[in-house]
Amino acid sequence: MNTPVKEDRTAGDRLTRYPKHIREDWFGRVYVYLCVALMVVTIFSIVWFIASKGLNPFVSGAIGIPDLLLGHVWKPEGEPPLFGALPFLAGSASVSFIAAAIAAPFGFCAAVFMTQIAPKLGRTVLQPAIELLAGIPSVVYGFVGLSVIVPFLRDNFPGQGFGILAGAIVLSIMILPTVTSIATDALSTLPAGLREGSFALGATRWQTIYRLILPTTLPSLLTGIVLGISRAFGEALAVQMVIGNAPHVPRSLLESAATLTSIITLEMGNTVGGSLHNNVLWSLALILLLMTFLFVFIVRMLERRAKR
Amino acid sequence: MGEKAFFTKDLSVYYGEKQAIKKISMDFPSREVIALIGPSGCGKSTFLRSLNRMNDVIPGARVEGQIWIDGRDINDPATDVVLLRQKIGMVWQKPNPFHKSIYENIAFGPRYHGIRDKKKLDEIVESSLRKTALWDEVKDRLHRSALALSGGQQQRLCIARSVAVQPSILLMDEPASALDPVSTAKVEELIAELKREYCIVIVTHNMYQAARVSDKTAFFLMGDLVEYDTTQKIFTNPSHRSTDDYISGRFG
Amino acid sequence: MKAKLADRIATGAIIAIAGLIMAILAGLIAYLLFRGLSHVSWHFLTSPPQSFKKGGGIGPQLFNSLYLLVLTMMITIPLGIGAGIYMSEYAKANRVTDFIRLVVEVLSSFPSIVIGLFGLLVFVNLFQMKYSLAAGALALTVFNLPLMVRITEQALRGVPREQKEAGLALGLSKWKTIWSVMLPMAFPAIMTGTILASGRVFGEAAALLFTAGMTTPKLDFTNWNPTDPQSPLNPFRPAETLAVHIWKINSEGRAPDAPEIAAGASAVLIIIVLLFNLGARTLGRAIYRKFTATK
Repeated sequence: MNTPVKEDRTAGDRLTRYPKHIREDWFGRVYVYLCVALMVVTIFSIVWFIASKGLNPFVSGAIGIPDLLLGHVWKPEGEPPLFGALPFLAGSASVSFIAAAIAAPFGFCAAVFMTQIAPKLGRTVLQPAIELLAGIPSVVYGFVGLSVIVPFLRDNFPGQGFGILAGAIVLSIMILPTVTSIATDALSTLPAGLREGSFALGATRWQTIYRLILPTTLPSLLTGIVLGISRAFGEALAVQMVIGNAPHVPRSLLESAATLTSIITLEMGNTVGGSLHNNVLWSLALILLLMTFLFVFIVRMLERRAKR
Repeated sequence: MGEKAFFTKDLSVYYGEKQAIKKISMDFPSREVIALIGPSGCGKSTFLRSLNRMNDVIPGARVEGQIWIDGRDINDPATDVVLLRQKIGMVWQKPNPFHKSIYENIAFGPRYHGIRDKKKLDEIVESSLRKTALWDEVKDRLHRSALALSGGQQQRLCIARSVAVQPSILLMDEPASALDPVSTAKVEELIAELKREYCIVIVTHNMYQAARVSDKTAFFLMGDLVEYDTTQKIFTNPSHRSTDDYISGRFG
Repeated sequence: MKAKLADRIATGAIIAIAGLIMAILAGLIAYLLFRGLSHVSWHFLTSPPQSFKKGGGIGPQLFNSLYLLVLTMMITIPLGIGAGIYMSEYAKANRVTDFIRLVVEVLSSFPSIVIGLFGLLVFVNLFQMKYSLAAGALALTVFNLPLMVRITEQALRGVPREQKEAGLALGLSKWKTIWSVMLPMAFPAIMTGTILASGRVFGEAAALLFTAGMTTPKLDFTNWNPTDPQSPLNPFRPAETLAVHIWKINSEGRAPDAPEIAAGASAVLIIIVLLFNLGARTLGRAIYRKFTATK
């Protein structure tokens, strides 16, 4: 019997007091626990730092929460300065929802194509294409939006081309991969017998899709859409490049507007740290942060329903 | 019958609420082959896996009772499971060589256990491969990938890998069920050869294999040990009706 | 008959939409290459940008992007693999694990601009790193870590259980089994995922505006002393990356050839990202083939 590790080795050299395998397991455990702890610390400090900055304007009494959320005039340099964030909330919400409304049918159709109509072609061509779309950097989307979509809208519709519609179109392409991949997952995990059963009853493919497949996968499809909205809501540069950045509540889709992210991007670098203007920008960042939690919560709810 | 290699006392295994093994006490003599047989789901593999605490890997599995090896209960929380496993080799149904060279597959264990000397390692590799009758087949390609070997060769390599760390017990979980008849025969010859040095516990669903290779046979049914006796007795004159039914094929 | 007609129309529409998506991608890439490549030259790739004159390049930005990617990965990979190992091998099915899963999910859902702002508060101001490569790399680490954790966890879960058991049964410690048996087997999947993640990091801009900054000091590419403020290797100098540069010239470019520079820089960026994608894909396929052909 070989006993390469002697348990009764005399103490003295502190490192060899414990057998190698025990030291190894300690090291491993400490290492992975540290990595995880660091992640947890990070997320708490993100919340802590942004919240403490972002709550400052309210705590100091400079403005009230309703002033920020419901005020529709943004005049930080005015006399008195006005910080109404409604234009940005409206802008962020409308670009994200319109983008999702465009991306959802596209994503669903792409998923149906990949799972029900031409799986082979879908896997070899469409799937990689959509993954590539996901890999294209947002500034590149912004650049293309600025040099293709904005001029196109300007030439064919009233207005300058910049606005909610331009932002929503750019975002819809950006979130298409998210929506599509979740829809594809949902469709491909359908029980095989479901489809065959429906065909056997004489239903056409389309009837099967919209009477059977669409209702059963709806919670998962919604998950994809919410994830898409979440991504669109937080996207900064691509939107900022095409939306026009006028801080008022837009009355049409073709009018210049602004979002939470675009105003932060533009003004954060141009304000003095500690000033009220700067602090209110942090409040906007806090809203973005809270929205993320809300989206994660909704996604979790939907996933729970999809599992049932 | 010679000395005891190890024994279990009231060993039970639970998966969640379900009791897969029900209070089994068994003695395992050294230098003999003990076959565990029974219909699938009877707990024979679970029992085997609890002998080197491999069930620790499975979430929700819980083991009660004792397993005594070398005067220690391996289920005792104070037992160092890593040291324990050096004494117990294991072979699986599907050959699972590491994705390394043939040489590395065998040298990996001994090197980890403190043998750094290259010459010594070479010797261990050679003797392990000779014991498993692989040496002549692979000696010219020791540093090629083990995955290039045939299934039967891979399985014998896995046996050689276990043997290289000098265990006293070998656990085999249906070691031949994924192999062709020729490879199966080779593995069975090997078992007959290896029992000179080791206590071998083999799970098999093939009753002829049990009859061919083992000295003692244990029949499991629904987590119970129904009968444990010499292979001769089990296959010619079993004491229990259900054993008889099973070995004569009158069983579902 | 009506149902049949509806079926045909719907099928046609779905195929048309699939085709349209392909067309959008093809058009996008063709447009970028067509408009941008004519402006890309050796001079463009290596010379510094000009503020008010024609003929500026993207040399320092390109270098900054690559260097920042390396710095980021040097921090992210060990952390991500460690946390990924935890998720796959150490986490028990309990509330703590559920909580950590939630942390990873939330962390990956944060908008990159928020992570950039966090970087501004903590790395740039609190740790007094100023606008620097180091602050940028840390922000990108926060941005990339959840993805890296997921990649590692999935790769480790893909390793057959028998391999792990074989390691343990030989009397290896748990850590040794993970490190020397499981990780090498998971390596191809981790590698492929990491390359894809690199593409994402390479194109990221929003997290960098307020961490790595929007300027680059005059660099002396003959000076390789990492502590010298003029050295390109100094991790504590500000660094505008290629993606940030594209954004900046589009929103406030003053050079007369700004649109061409933006187009050229976008083409370069997209080519590099495509290379990352293609690289990951071919590597994944090659390794898959190697493992299946020898079996």
